[in-house]
Amino acid sequence: MSETTHDGSVAVSAPPSPDDGLSAADLAAKYGLAVSGARPGLVEYVRQLWGRRHFILAFSQAKLTAQYSQAKLGQLWQVATPLLNAAVYFLIFGLILQADRGMGIKVYIPFLVTGVFVFTFTQSSVMAGVRAISGNLGLVRALHFPRASLPISFSLQQLQQLLFSMLVLFCVTIGFGSYPSLKWLAILPILALQFLFNMGLAMIMARLGSKTPDLAQLMPFVLRTWMYASGVMFSIPLMLEDRDLPVWITDVLQWNPAAIYMDLMRWALIDGYEWDVNLPPFAWLVAVGWAVLVAASGFVYFWKAEERYGRG
Amino acid sequence: MAEQITDTRIPTVIADELHIVYRVNGTKTGKGSATAALSRILKRGGEERGVRKVHAVRGVSFIAYRGEAIGLIGSNGSGKSTLLRAIAGLLPAEEGKVYTDGQPSLLGVNAALMNDLTGERNVILGGLAMGMSREQIRERYQEIVDFSGINEKGDFITLPMRTYSSGMAARLRFSIAAAKDHDVLMIDEALATGDRSFQKRSEARIRELRKSAGTVFLVSHNNKSIRDTCDRVLWLERGELRMDGPTDEVLKEYEKFTGR
Repeated sequence: MSETTHDGSVAVSAPPSPDDGLSAADLAAKYGLAVSGARPGLVEYVRQLWGRRHFILAFSQAKLTAQYSQAKLGQLWQVATPLLNAAVYFLIFGLILQADRGMGIKVYIPFLVTGVFVFTFTQSSVMAGVRAISGNLGLVRALHFPRASLPISFSLQQLQQLLFSMLVLFCVTIGFGSYPSLKWLAILPILALQFLFNMGLAMIMARLGSKTPDLAQLMPFVLRTWMYASGVMFSIPLMLEDRDLPVWITDVLQWNPAAIYMDLMRWALIDGYEWDVNLPPFAWLVAVGWAVLVAASGFVYFWKAEERYGRG
Repeated sequence: MAEQITDTRIPTVIADELHIVYRVNGTKTGKGSATAALSRILKRGGEERGVRKVHAVRGVSFIAYRGEAIGLIGSNGSGKSTLLRAIAGLLPAEEGKVYTDGQPSLLGVNAALMNDLTGERNVILGGLAMGMSREQIRERYQEIVDFSGINEKGDFITLPMRTYSSGMAARLRFSIAAAKDHDVLMIDEALATGDRSFQKRSEARIRELRKSAGTVFLVSHNNKSIRDTCDRVLWLERGELRMDGPTDEVLKEYEKFTGR
């Protein structure tokens, strides 16, 4: 920058003051100024986040509404989309492929639809998480709020989406002869645990995605692999029973978080999906463990980079 | 300014040798770009190939005091908006630090609003995004709508924002943004929206905000509005602070520089 007529004529308008000798840091300390954009402590961060709860909820609802606002049928698509999804799976796996492996169509169709909906919940939370920061840079660069609001808000949007799908799921289950019972109460804790897990995962993905937006291209393949490995369309124990494999392999496959939440939900909803045959040991414990572990570590991991989100 | 008594000069914003660098992925085109991308992924840390660095703000230092209205001038791309965002703590500093009193806020909620939602819901969403509580928004709701003048020509506030004309949308955005009181307020060329009568109203609102805010920063290419509202001007050129002083002095030099 030497070609300019920079003559150092920075006009000094300030009269001499006792603060003149102080360095910027000392001056800031003297008047109680804080570093702008510094990361708050973890407790303070949680407090700020709690203060923004209304924004988080309103943002998720706004995203949900905005999704179908151009469609003629409008919000009806919230229910119609999962319904059509269920119909397609019924057509292909139930009628054409008959992939029930002796489970019986009355169990298999609700089994399949539950699996698809529950897995979609995690899948779309991960995808929304990847784009939570990188797809909202405008927002991040314009307004001040704890950044975790974004991945949390997107997970919340997916939860609301799932609630619409659950309506369809109830109809499917009842249609195939599993009627509401006390077991259905277990749906609430299962959803809560899966939501916690998804939220943690979304926060992890949000931080990774903010640094490497390419993940949005890569994740669909990872997620599809995860889906096939989790037994969405087939039952893991039934699939492996005639192979000569140690039992623990089946258990480990079933302890995979996606599989565990699907299986718990199936057990709660479907008559004839028995606990001792279909669920791995310690199912509830594993479900709680995944939720707490991923939610807590995801939150801390996201918070660690709080001040760095928004860099180009 | 010179008559001001020294012990009333309380600093609100201190910028200390501030550097801001943007990193842009995938700007190198043609042969070798894929390998560059690959090596970028493999070599984590260090100087990355294929990533262009844009050094937007280079070592800017200044101290802003309570009660000051500071204009930021400079040609396009000289780093004015970047500097504002850094003061607001929205862009991380590469080097140096910004110290602030309270939370400086940028006047602007555009990014939080959604075109597919009604004006009504956008008022609420925008307010929440700025950190207002639901009660505060409920109190101010009518004020915001009246100020924007959206409902002057019929019940437009219940229509999706995508149906608004660009002028109407800009007016609503300004009204939402200006509804909150701030400690340190930063305005990025917000004064030029809407028709003449709305401009007058918004200028009045800015003056009001100035009274309640501790310090105001204003970015503008309109020297007249700088002259009207600011008593101190920072002149940025190529990311460097070229001049810092009373409005008249700096503007005179700036006008000489730009040939006006």
